[in-house]
Amino acid sequence: MSAPLLNLEKVTIRFGGLTAVSELDLQIGANELVGLIGPNGAGKTTAFNLVTGVYQPTAGKISFGEKPTAKFQPHQLAQLGIARTFQNIRLFASMTAFDNVRTAARLHCPRGVRNALWRGRAFRDGEKEITDEVMTLLDIFQLGKFRDALAKGLSYGDQRRLEIVRALATKPKLLLLDEPAAGMNASEKTELMRLIQFIKDKFQISILLVEHDMQVVMGICERIAVLDYGVKIAEGTPAEVRANSKVIAAYLGEKKPK
Amino acid sequence: MHTGAKRFLFAAIFVAAFVSYFSAQFNRYYLGIAIDVGINIILAVSLNLINGHTGQFSLGHAGFMAVGGYTAASITLALSQKFPAAATPVLFTGALLAGGLTAALAGLAVGVPTLRLRGDYLAIVTLGFGEIIRVIFENMDCVGAASGLKGIPNYTNFFWAWSLAAVTVFVITCLVNSTYGRGFIAVHDDEVAASAMGINPTKYKVTAFVVGAFFAGIAGGLYAHHKQFLSPTGFDFMKSIDIVVMVILGGMGRTTGVIIAAILLTLLPEFLRGFAEYRMIIYALLIIVLMIARPQGLFSFGKK
Repeated sequence: MSAPLLNLEKVTIRFGGLTAVSELDLQIGANELVGLIGPNGAGKTTAFNLVTGVYQPTAGKISFGEKPTAKFQPHQLAQLGIARTFQNIRLFASMTAFDNVRTAARLHCPRGVRNALWRGRAFRDGEKEITDEVMTLLDIFQLGKFRDALAKGLSYGDQRRLEIVRALATKPKLLLLDEPAAGMNASEKTELMRLIQFIKDKFQISILLVEHDMQVVMGICERIAVLDYGVKIAEGTPAEVRANSKVIAAYLGEKKPK
Repeated sequence: MHTGAKRFLFAAIFVAAFVSYFSAQFNRYYLGIAIDVGINIILAVSLNLINGHTGQFSLGHAGFMAVGGYTAASITLALSQKFPAAATPVLFTGALLAGGLTAALAGLAVGVPTLRLRGDYLAIVTLGFGEIIRVIFENMDCVGAASGLKGIPNYTNFFWAWSLAAVTVFVITCLVNSTYGRGFIAVHDDEVAASAMGINPTKYKVTAFVVGAFFAGIAGGLYAHHKQFLSPTGFDFMKSIDIVVMVILGGMGRTTGVIIAAILLTLLPEFLRGFAEYRMIIYALLIIVLMIARPQGLFSFGKK
């Protein structure tokens, strides 16, 4: 494997006396779909927040595209190409679906104050370009019909999808999905799996999936890392992870030795 | 909106000039109120950028207005004798700009250190800032201290007040109604999500503070050359509240609503002149009734 896109080396974070993530090693290559699983409170979302710059690691090193990400703020990491969704949907509620995506698309068409005020040809061309880009994205995910609907008025499933579209509008190299299957029924989950696979193939990006739901993770991930109490206890293909005794112990508890 | 914005601006300035040309024939009392309305539109629309669109609750708008007013008035007082009468528009423009820029600097000074604060905390800090500004002017002898600054030339007329109100509306509407400007609303809706989408919340908040303060400063300059007298008590906490009420009544983040509210709330006390001491009671009642009946703002219909 060539140099990984995202590289976590012995990443540790402590909150007071609690070590939420301990010496985590994780690599994600280009166009790879990796799952990060673990029981409740295992440190999955914390690991996520470390990658996106919400937290800074207490020890260890994170690099993205061979660039160390320490000292970068979340918005700078987004500019580098890390996009994410949130466990509890965080859309811009008072904006339309279109504007939600447009706000994210702004990242690649930086038009500042002067341009917005002058309203000349450059501004109009730029706005049209963004509009086309946003509509293409919305249409790909069958959200075009909700263009002018307020984000908070969309159904739960559509909000989840819109959040993914918004993240994709920043043209990321790495997409982090934080429990996208939360609150979905079986058929929605199947649809979601199809969608994630589609995104990976269509946009040729890497995806890190944090998930609770075994069906989804086992179904689509090429590689899975398992966290328990902040420690990585296993990593491998879905089949390997499923057979791993430590993983079974973490999820189901250990057999009492007799 | 995209292509119509500039046309709106020129049309509004033209109408302001046209009305101003015939202003000698109007009742001076009504003309004065019309100018007040224009100034209040500038104040309310600029505060709306900070409080409404960006969601940073500021209670210090009167402070920015005072900075702009005192700066502009000091400049014209110092230079009006040296300038030929024909050049007063140049002098006035320069004084207003200087007032706006000083206020913008004050906005920067308040914005940068308070950005970590949210909601109530920010409101308290900006409230404190407004009071500090007032106390400073109360103790500055060069601007008349507590007895106020007198004899400011009467430069503000209908044209100045309303064309600058049009410029304010133009600038803030164009700013917000662009892909760039969606960032203000994104910061308002969800700061964490906004930064995950590559938006720098700090930069947007400072921009909102600086632009808002700039126009408050301009409004202060217009106010100074309209009333021809500035007193620190005119920029107290109540003045800030007056502007906040306009924004809330109009609907946070709704420019049209805020303009209508600014007009209504300037005219209302004039209608109630007979029992002026009840004005604040009516104000309070209005807000209470509004918050119960229309929490989204009186004039907020349709989308933002």
